[in-house]
Amino acid sequence: MIQIDNLNKKFGSTTAVEDVSFNVQEGQICVLLGPSGCGKTTTLKMINRLITPTSGRIRIGGRDTSELDSVTLKRSIGYVIQQVGLFPNMTVEENICVVPNLLGWDKIKSRKRAAELLEVVALEPSKFLKRYPCELSGGQQQRVGVARALAADPPVMLMDEPFGAIDPINREVIQDEFMRIQRQVNKTVLFVSHDIDEAVKMADCVALFHNGRIEQFGSSDDLLARPKSEFVANFMGGDRIMKRLCLMRAVDVATQSPPREHMQVVGGNSAVSSRSHLVVKPGDDLRQVLSQLLGQGQEWALCNDSDGRFIGYVHQSDILARLVENTTPVVH
Amino acid sequence: METLSFILENGGLISLLLGQHLMIVMIAVGLAILTGVPVGIAISQHPRARRWVLAFAAVLMTIPSAALFGLMIPALSLIGYGIGVVPAVIALFLYSQLPIIRNTTTAISNLDPALREAAVGMGMSTWQRLLQVELPLAVPLIMAGVRMATVINIGIAAIAAYIGAGGLGSLIIRGIAQSDPRQLLAGAIIISVIAIAADYALYALQRLLTPKGLNKMAAGQMKEATT
Repeated sequence: MIQIDNLNKKFGSTTAVEDVSFNVQEGQICVLLGPSGCGKTTTLKMINRLITPTSGRIRIGGRDTSELDSVTLKRSIGYVIQQVGLFPNMTVEENICVVPNLLGWDKIKSRKRAAELLEVVALEPSKFLKRYPCELSGGQQQRVGVARALAADPPVMLMDEPFGAIDPINREVIQDEFMRIQRQVNKTVLFVSHDIDEAVKMADCVALFHNGRIEQFGSSDDLLARPKSEFVANFMGGDRIMKRLCLMRAVDVATQSPPREHMQVVGGNSAVSSRSHLVVKPGDDLRQVLSQLLGQGQEWALCNDSDGRFIGYVHQSDILARLVENTTPVVH
Repeated sequence: METLSFILENGGLISLLLGQHLMIVMIAVGLAILTGVPVGIAISQHPRARRWVLAFAAVLMTIPSAALFGLMIPALSLIGYGIGVVPAVIALFLYSQLPIIRNTTTAISNLDPALREAAVGMGMSTWQRLLQVELPLAVPLIMAGVRMATVINIGIAAIAAYIGAGGLGSLIIRGIAQSDPRQLLAGAIIISVIAIAADYALYALQRLLTPKGLNKMAAGQMKEATT
């Protein structure tokens, strides 16, 4: 969907972005990750041409964006920024209708769209349409910011640290909410972040930037388990192997082989009792599962689906084995 | 008491002078809005032009009004308007430049950069950004400049009576010439009262023109500050 080839940006004599190339498939979330000043935001802003590239090519849906008029290009791409930037002189409804109005949509159609989108971001339209931005909390403002970016149904969304200014508790909530919205709208999203946990949670692919270049491009698991350089390993953190836990689910390690003590209790009977044993759901991430096992001092848990049907056993030892599977040591 | 009876007895004359006075001020400030706001917008993104324009407007402001009126006489005599309403309007127009230009340019250049980035990023053209975002948000500050210019000009317009522009200044001049404190005080008091009244009226207009979201924001901040 988005193809970026040999992108460069120089400001005077300093190089902000150097020879950046990567592709993002349709419907994927690609996180541009890195420390501040690494060129990730500059790269993002070159895609909707808030910054003009010095050289290189950006194609969206196969089309070279340099052939498009800059204003037309911007209107066809959703844009969300950290400071939200809702216009304080406009109501929530008017804010969401900005791009539809610029595109000359029919008033009734764009109003209907605004109400729909508020439903999508879980704000009740009858309550919020006529409010002003100053009457919303930070989290609510950013939900409206996301709704505004989705207004004209753009295939591509650019998000510049959209949840960076929200407190940690609400950030988790709005991240989950965004993942739910994304499943519904299926946009191709480029997402700038400096938060590794956010990247691990949301990304289908990660581009890790360092000094204007892409240090490594791959899945979160690639970066955590198989870092290509010391910089990547350091950036992902000393606990990067542990972070892999968030990427795996209980069902991934569930086995049919029962623990020895359990066999003695039920005598090899297939009717498995869940009494006094920890029960986890197949979709639970392994970080939660391991934490619960350690907390209750148990070696294993039962994995049952939502109807209570037995799926398998989750052993602590299997989880630990999984953690180091497919890892490569960093080359010094 | 004597002053009051003077005002009541000369109602006709006073309302005529009041009309002249307000007309001069309104024409001057009106023209200054038409030129000052665009100039303020134009220089807001060009720091060097801004410094020069504001310095020039500040210099205009420092010229004593009597001197400015005096300078107008020979200059405008060339086109036959040396005295009367025309030089008065021009002088007041010049005095209005600083508050209007400075407030406009401050409002536009102090706009939250996030709003500008959002507007550009969503694909607004320069004009759309100006009309839909920047100007509505600049209304309170621009209006504050207009109020200041108006109040200053109502005072300075009194001196314009010396160059034959009429207005309430005539009462003051005549009061001095005839050693008649009633006329002098009547002129001075009425000028003060209309300056205050004009400020209130323009404040009401400012509230009316300010976007509702901004008024609510200000009210919210006030509440926060007091609780």
